[in-house]
Amino acid sequence: MKLDAKIPEGPLAEKWSKHKFNLKLVNPANKRKYTVLVVGTGLAGASAAASLAELGYNVKTFCFQDSPRRAHSIAAQGGINAAKNYRNDGDSVYRLFYDTIKGGDYRSREGNVYRLAEVSVNIIDQCVAQGVPFAREYGGLLDNRSFGGAQVSRTFYARGQTGQQLLLGAYSALNRQIHEGKVKSYNRHEMLDVVVVDGKAQGIVTRDLITGEIETHAGHAVLLCTGGYGNVFYLSTNAMGCNVTAAWKAHKRGAYFANPCFTQIHPTCIPVTGDHQSKLTLMSESLRNDGRVWAPKTQEIAEKLRRGEIKSSEIKEEDRDYFLERKYPAFGNLVPRDVASRNAKEAVDNGLGVGSSGKAVFLDFADAIARLGEDTVRAKYGNLFDMYYQITDENPYKQPMRIYPAVHYTMGGLWVDYNLQTTVSGLYCLGEANFSDHGANRLGASALMQGLADGYFVIPYTVGDYLATIGPKAIDESHPAFAETKQAVIGRINKLLSLKGTRTVDDYHRELGHIMWEYCGMARTEEGLTKAKGLIRELREDFWKNAIVPGTNNEFNQSLEKAGRVADFLELGELMVDDALQRKESCGGHFRLESQTEEGEALRDDENFAYVAAWEYKADGAPEELHKEELVYENVKLTQRSYK
Amino acid sequence: MSGHMNLTLKVWRQKSPQDKGGFVTYKADGISEDMSFLEMLDVVNEGLIKKGDDPIHFDHDCREGICGMCSLYINGRPHGPKRAVTTCQLHMRSFKDGETITIEPWRAAAFPVIKDLSTNRAAFERIQQAGGYVSVNTGGVPDANEIPIPKVIADEAFNSATCIQCGACVAACKNSSAMLFVSAKVSQLALLPQGQQERYRRVQAMVAQMDAEGFGNCTNTGACEAECPKEISLTNIARMNREYFTAKFFKEEEIH
Ligand SMILES: Cc1cc2nc3c(=O)[nH]c(=O)nc-3n(C[C@H](O)[C@H](O)[C@H](O)COP(=O)(O)OP(=O)(O)OC[C@H]3O[C@@H](n4cnc5c(N)ncnc54)[C@H](O)[C@@H]3O)c2cc1C
Ligand code: SF4
Ligand code: FES
Repeated sequence: MKLDAKIPEGPLAEKWSKHKFNLKLVNPANKRKYTVLVVGTGLAGASAAASLAELGYNVKTFCFQDSPRRAHSIAAQGGINAAKNYRNDGDSVYRLFYDTIKGGDYRSREGNVYRLAEVSVNIIDQCVAQGVPFAREYGGLLDNRSFGGAQVSRTFYARGQTGQQLLLGAYSALNRQIHEGKVKSYNRHEMLDVVVVDGKAQGIVTRDLITGEIETHAGHAVLLCTGGYGNVFYLSTNAMGCNVTAAWKAHKRGAYFANPCFTQIHPTCIPVTGDHQSKLTLMSESLRNDGRVWAPKTQEIAEKLRRGEIKSSEIKEEDRDYFLERKYPAFGNLVPRDVASRNAKEAVDNGLGVGSSGKAVFLDFADAIARLGEDTVRAKYGNLFDMYYQITDENPYKQPMRIYPAVHYTMGGLWVDYNLQTTVSGLYCLGEANFSDHGANRLGASALMQGLADGYFVIPYTVGDYLATIGPKAIDESHPAFAETKQAVIGRINKLLSLKGTRTVDDYHRELGHIMWEYCGMARTEEGLTKAKGLIRELREDFWKNAIVPGTNNEFNQSLEKAGRVADFLELGELMVDDALQRKESCGGHFRLESQTEEGEALRDDENFAYVAAWEYKADGAPEELHKEELVYENVKLTQRSYK
Repeated sequence: MSGHMNLTLKVWRQKSPQDKGGFVTYKADGISEDMSFLEMLDVVNEGLIKKGDDPIHFDHDCREGICGMCSLYINGRPHGPKRAVTTCQLHMRSFKDGETITIEPWRAAAFPVIKDLSTNRAAFERIQQAGGYVSVNTGGVPDANEIPIPKVIADEAFNSATCIQCGACVAACKNSSAMLFVSAKVSQLALLPQGQQERYRRVQAMVAQMDAEGFGNCTNTGACEAECPKEISLTNIARMNREYFTAKFFKEEEIH
């Protein structure tokens, strides 16, 4: 199958409006004859479901938490970008587009990213109309800040909890439609497969997590808004339940998986304390606006620190290496995430790490406190400092924070065309679950933007075109594909429940995480990846022999839920490694040690790798087939990123 | 550096909503002070699973104090001993070696137990579906800066909006009243200009649903505010009462 991204012809700035005009419309009287299934109710899913219901479609939503408001989007801290140019500081749709393409290290589509920048302004209007309490200035207008090294202030925020406030807005719109009877919500339901009839997605199979009942739901289109798969690394900043299951099942039913190896590793997270650790906590990137990153200059000093023989405050100025400021004088501590993370890793690998584990560097506010006063620093970062204190029992006003990179976001995901449709007709993918807009590295404050752009402003148009094409005829749930898919789900559950070995599912997950982090993390090599592939296969085989999954299907069974998700991660992990192996260049978050500049920076290879890698599932255990979507740049010039 | 401790846990186990349930005692040995409370339970659960037993079920997701999924009544207090901290953000250094810790689910008629420590909080969903929104459709809204809002009002609305819908306020209250939660939701929109059009209809609809769900009355004991992990203030309740009585005072058609 030839991949067609369906990017509309014409000048960049006119593509989306022309395309919208060309899309077919569903007659208003017919809308109520359609049902759309929306899996996932984070920013992408909740906004899509509410908007489609407002248009008159019947919608069913699904999420595994007990409320749509608990989707992982709730945890986003920093903010959301929009090209409003309220600050008159030179921002524009084109600049946001350009920054996002460049930030993604030229591995995303011009057409998609431009549209994202274009609708970003509508998102802020929509959220404010819903009552989202963004930060304001004394004049009553919206406040902005600069984020993630952007040269303009285009980030809208709501203290340190922008995600919660945006999600509450989308959730309230969803609640209104539930009240109107246009949306039926299925909470504590997990989607376990897609029903494909004659090449078209027409339903899903779910498990009621409380009763264990396996249900089928029919719909004219299925939207997967199921979030990212960073938890394949076991430790990440994602919520505990984040998983790849929905996307992976869709992949096995024909949806291509794009750029699976593109993972974002965030530089400012609280370091691991021990094997008991279940997740990592992000400290907002905004801290790098005032905090200075450093490590001791020599191994000797670092060792003394690690043994607790000296305190950080006793290290003389000349014995400290502010390595980001030294190496990147223009951007200093504000270099993009991938660059900051890699440099922290390098310091640790060189034996310069701090903290008892040696896996951390300092983020120091002493200068900021001296310059601005403790009160100002508290006003800016108080909640983050408190959180750090609560978790580590160290007072960051008195001693530097210890930080280390952690897995945070997955740029890869299901391949979608400009309409957000996967390679399966009628199956769409929105938000972090798709691959579309962030290339090889996502800029801060742009995931919230993308999720809401997809849900509020893109899908209502594009799915309409598809629905108009297939017509409002009721979906035939008696088609054998429904019963067969349901049976396949039950078979898999029974297989999982038959595992009565000796090793816990968490233990497998932890080991998979170690493998992924070690070989498919911040720095990757051919040798390491090849080794990882073997290790993952062995681990997967072992899982299906020796794992323990207690309990039965007909009850609330968290062990069974986890086992299903880890089993899917064990398959995805291998695909990520395959993807990282074939991409011999370095780009964005994907750093191949074999491909670096003389100064040790990522070296892109545009001649050979300016494509999207889209993987087609063949059969269990068989190698997947790689399809390439060439990326065409008509507006921006590809340059090596430099933050010197 | 971090010390290790040995603890005794008295945990509420209940197989299903119908099951009577009761306390079961577990040993939690070699627990590091750096662990979070839920990580301590993870360790206990790993041990149970290895023995082929059913692990202790509890709700959680973000483990960052923001999703509101975690709960737990720890030593008689929702979200445990520390002020303004959710269970998932609680660390074991808040406990002492040798201590016995009692862990129960939220107890409230409107939050029936599903299994062990997990409860059904769908009542909160229905209250918000009854009216917790501004009726605007996607698209066709004014430019964001055409709705200026004084910073003090915006900040006040924000304080109400920080509620994470955990239900600790209900669990803390001897009457199982949901007033703190509902009033926080009502307040956010009552304070903002966007919420004015439906202001009085909203409060009536949400209060009616709250009553229908079987939450108790508010007798102003203030336990909710003391235990709320987001420090939602009692002034929200006063504001909601005002809104509600104003709404009752006017006839429906006079309420815009
Ligand atoms: C700590 C943290 C901070 C962040 N801060 C920022 C920030 O400041 N700015 C920014 O732009 N981005 C930020 N991000 C990234 C951003 O929050 C996410 O990328 C984004 O919110 C994802 O939204 P989503 O709607 O795609 O998915 P999610 O919000 O993850 O929602 C996924 C939904 O899918 C459901 N689901 C999943 N699988 C299934 C299944 N099998 N069956 C049924 N339902 C299922 C879940 O229940 C949930 O409802 C942050 C991320 C993290 C981890
Ligand atoms: S008011 Fe406080 S205790 Fe009650 S649900 Fe909201 S955050 Fe939880
Ligand atoms: S697990 Fe999310 S608030 Fe505790």
